[in-house]
Amino acid sequence: MTAATTSAAAALEGMRALIGQEQYHEVGEFPVERSYVWTSCASVENGNPLYWDEAVAAEVTGGPIAPPSMVSVWFRPHHWAPGRSEQALPLQVHFDLKELFGLPEAVMTDNTIEFHTPVRLGDVLRTHQVLRSVSEEKTTKLGTGRFWVIDVVYANQDGDLVAIESYTGFGYQRGAS
Amino acid sequence: MSVVVTPLLLFGDVKVGDELPPLDYEVSATTVVLGALATRDWRPMHHDKDFAVVRNGTQDIFLNTPNQAAWFERYLTDWTGPHGRLARVTFRMKGSVFPGDTMSLRGVVESAEVDDTGCGFVTVDVKLSVDGDVKTTCAARLALPTTPDDNPWARRGDRWRPGPSS
Repeated sequence: MTAATTSAAAALEGMRALIGQEQYHEVGEFPVERSYVWTSCASVENGNPLYWDEAVAAEVTGGPIAPPSMVSVWFRPHHWAPGRSEQALPLQVHFDLKELFGLPEAVMTDNTIEFHTPVRLGDVLRTHQVLRSVSEEKTTKLGTGRFWVIDVVYANQDGDLVAIESYTGFGYQRGAS
Repeated sequence: MSVVVTPLLLFGDVKVGDELPPLDYEVSATTVVLGALATRDWRPMHHDKDFAVVRNGTQDIFLNTPNQAAWFERYLTDWTGPHGRLARVTFRMKGSVFPGDTMSLRGVVESAEVDDTGCGFVTVDVKLSVDGDVKTTCAARLALPTTPDDNPWARRGDRWRPGPSS
């Protein structure tokens, strides 16, 4: 057995132990805020009056909410914060897998989000990540690597389930060209 | 500050096979960078062309997934109005969207059913294409009011079942 196959076997074993485990419990760095809702709506020219008209929000959603598709945004940290020495990475499990398998590049291929309790302005959300599966080695037009599925579970400060997001990533080594 | 907001679209207005109004949008580098910023996605392939080309091997910076989610949400709620409540979306990325592309969003209603709790759900298959090549697909399940007095946003607990229909 070569050193390379030994290290691949160790990586596989390490990965299997993580499947189904709740990892990286985190609390959002800042509360859900309207100006970021507007930044998001502006980026896609979303004129839904729920996000721009207080009276409509009061009538339809019992007060202002954030667009459901923004749920992951509340866990992407600002690029810098005082006293923070390391850049916290959203989807840390994804980066752990890249490192574990020595795969320098990665893309997301598939993403499902199920929306539960609406996110409201002022909410401080919490999250954890769960690795669901990792594929055998595969070769695509991008290179050779592995597909993996990671769930990100979001709840609000009252413990209500807000959303479950499921990502499929492909970590790879670029093929010789 | 109470107003009466009439639903734009009711469940009964929708039939399987209906096409949503089309949306075409010219993507610029600003669109990509604004989308990355709006989703706090600081990864360099969404703002640094040299990184995207040299490291990722792509032709340019490209729209990130969370911002595409925001584009799909906007496309769907332009159609439903504020009473439309997203339940579940699945995106599949087949190719990247670059500055200079005109992205076209097209949607077709795939199913319409009222669940056990009386909630009216439709599923819509949305395709984001550039020059006829599908770049991202979005299978969306969303709730629409069944009557002018119904409001899917008022549902909570067991009366809101966003998961895939069984």
